[in-house]
Amino acid sequence: MVDQPKYKTSDEVDFVIIGSGAAGGILAKELSTNGFRVVVLEQGPYLTEADFTHNEIEILAQDKLTNHPKLQPNTFRKTPDEKAKPQRALVYGRCVGGTSVHFTANFWRFHEIDFIERSKVGPIAGAGLADWPITYADLEPYYTKVEWEIGVSGLADSSPFDPPRSKPYPMPPLPVKSCGVVFERAAKKLGWHAFPAPMAILSEARPGRSACINCGYCLGFGCEVGAKSSSLATAIRMAEKTGRCEIRPNSYVHRIEIDANGRATGATYFDEKRNTHLQKAKAVVVCANGAETPRLLLLSANKQFPNGLANSSGLVGKYLMFNSGGTVNALYEHPLNDYKGFCVSRVLHDFYELDAQKVGFYGGGGLDARFDFTPITFAFGGNAPGTPRWGKDFKAALSHNFGRTMEIFCHGTSLPVENNSFSLDPELKDAWGLPALRLTYKDHPDDLKLTNWLFERAHELHDAAGAQKKWGFPAQEAQFGVHLLGTCRLGNDPKTSVINPDHRTHDIKNLFICDGSSLVTSGRGQPTMTIMALAFRAADRITALAKRGELGA
Amino acid sequence: MNESVSRRHFLSRGISGLSAVWVSAHLPALVAAAGHARRAANAAIPPKFEFFTAEQAVEIDAITARIIPTDETPGAHEAGVVYFIDRGLATFSADDQKTYREGLPELQARVSELFPGVVKFSAATAEQQDEILHSFDTNAPSGRRSFRARPAAQDFFETLRGHTIAGFLIDPDFGGNHDGVGWKVIGREREHMFQPPFGFYDKDYPGWQPAVKEAEKK
Repeated sequence: MVDQPKYKTSDEVDFVIIGSGAAGGILAKELSTNGFRVVVLEQGPYLTEADFTHNEIEILAQDKLTNHPKLQPNTFRKTPDEKAKPQRALVYGRCVGGTSVHFTANFWRFHEIDFIERSKVGPIAGAGLADWPITYADLEPYYTKVEWEIGVSGLADSSPFDPPRSKPYPMPPLPVKSCGVVFERAAKKLGWHAFPAPMAILSEARPGRSACINCGYCLGFGCEVGAKSSSLATAIRMAEKTGRCEIRPNSYVHRIEIDANGRATGATYFDEKRNTHLQKAKAVVVCANGAETPRLLLLSANKQFPNGLANSSGLVGKYLMFNSGGTVNALYEHPLNDYKGFCVSRVLHDFYELDAQKVGFYGGGGLDARFDFTPITFAFGGNAPGTPRWGKDFKAALSHNFGRTMEIFCHGTSLPVENNSFSLDPELKDAWGLPALRLTYKDHPDDLKLTNWLFERAHELHDAAGAQKKWGFPAQEAQFGVHLLGTCRLGNDPKTSVINPDHRTHDIKNLFICDGSSLVTSGRGQPTMTIMALAFRAADRITALAKRGELGA
Repeated sequence: MNESVSRRHFLSRGISGLSAVWVSAHLPALVAAAGHARRAANAAIPPKFEFFTAEQAVEIDAITARIIPTDETPGAHEAGVVYFIDRGLATFSADDQKTYREGLPELQARVSELFPGVVKFSAATAEQQDEILHSFDTNAPSGRRSFRARPAAQDFFETLRGHTIAGFLIDPDFGGNHDGVGWKVIGREREHMFQPPFGFYDKDYPGWQPAVKEAEKK
């Protein structure tokens, strides 16, 4: 094991990367491997496998791995004419590895359509749908790279709707769960095509990492055996091995410094004791997620850039997309025991591209069979509506239902709507005295129509599977997000996008952005795979620019 | 965000069919009752209570035993939930102390309002206890008689309901669910690792087969 270097803040390193999640981890690994000196500033702590437990209190109620609502409060409003009210608006990973530490690990690729949908379907009223400046073909080699480098289990060509791929998965799919079998059999009856879920969870051990032990604590929890292919378990470790990358946890960046020539010179952050430091760097790469990245750009406003950095388009923080979706749950006759294993073993993508003329709305999506409850969350939210909430019958329901319940999760598109955004709240401050994140969000009507349409398919599937009882609810407008997408979108035109296809901001030559904020469309849910692929590609582009001397003064 | 707002928000999410990712993200801090009450719950001789008086503990134990009663299988009492809650209130769930301090006397006042002559919750019959709790449960059928509003007690009941569930079902390594009895009740095996087959339906699964015919049709 190579010791991490300890750079001085006055050392002008080649790159300072802000955030160590899905994108930041990959960029740290790639840039340090390519010979650059890198400092990664992560606001959260550096936890490792030994710190990851199944303690629902610590993890779910006390936010051990995630942003804390008391330290970092948020506000929410539906539309810009409302005054936002304090309300938790988002969850993201706040530790080394970011959200990839606690995510479900669904890991399919986006399809060709996701990159060119504006051209294919034309404009949509009330939305700013746009094509990406890159296509699926541009990203395909990087998707493959992600699968092989971090470890993704799956079965190539098992979905007739999958985009073409240059290589099979590096390891077979995880075992099927009972919910997966129920789902697959019913799908077959309906003529739909369930396939083994591609998951960023190891089905075969890799050096220093166990294959999945089916413990049942994926969503919300860190993996104590390193089977989940988080940035922490993969790219961060590889970056450290180069001897050129320092991961600096508990470093809360709140300002990117800009010199008189309009170039980024480094990042200012609070350390654990709230002392302020400035890490100097030749270039800055922001990978702080789709909420904190725009917040940081806005917090960094100065005389030269009064509306925030990289914001000449006025689009920093805008076109936020959450991915539409929800679940339809059902009870089955026999025990599924779906609390064992990971969350998802079967998916179907028959509805990835719906015909708007036929269904009457824009969008597309899919279904997956899952169980993502813990015993406690099940007791709060897993029983059918109308089930007693306490007493003898509540206990009897828990006893019968816990092992016999499964969810069908519907996942779909969110249209980019300009008003939907993260911005700085004018009044509320975080524990460091910085303006809090303000969420403005109102779903495009088509997103709600799509979700309800997918709910109907999920009901059909449960019926075909012979569910004893099923329940769901009409789609509700989102007031809360975990997929934080689109807020600094890619594009060729500086007037309609924030970063160019090299992930360089249009306005500042040595300021780069790569994370969920880069996405131009939302895909059909589960964006982490695409964020990692973009990060591998961005690293290639940034390396090429640096080697051509195009980052220097 | 104050706790009652967060709890309402959580509950409304909980019944809305949203994925557990949202549900768990809204688990109220009030559910955070303990983390190291394990020592207490596992001790052969009940330790001293840190927050409750002995008398209060008897009342709390009696209430939790109606929320998750003991029948053919163990309930909240056997899971040592009262110890879990006591530890929680003495440590990092201290924010809920006020709710308990104000709510328990109000709930106790309801006891004699409903059943003159009965002075303590724990002295009432099981049927009487259920009726008392129903009078605070907003989801219960509307009251058969009108009461003086007791919002503190209603809030207390919801908080205690959350704590009782958490103390009954948490991983026994983390301060409740004594001897894993809660998991036995819901049929969760107390193992750290599992191997397929997991349930009834994947037992005879022949392996994934491509749906070739359908795919060719399309």
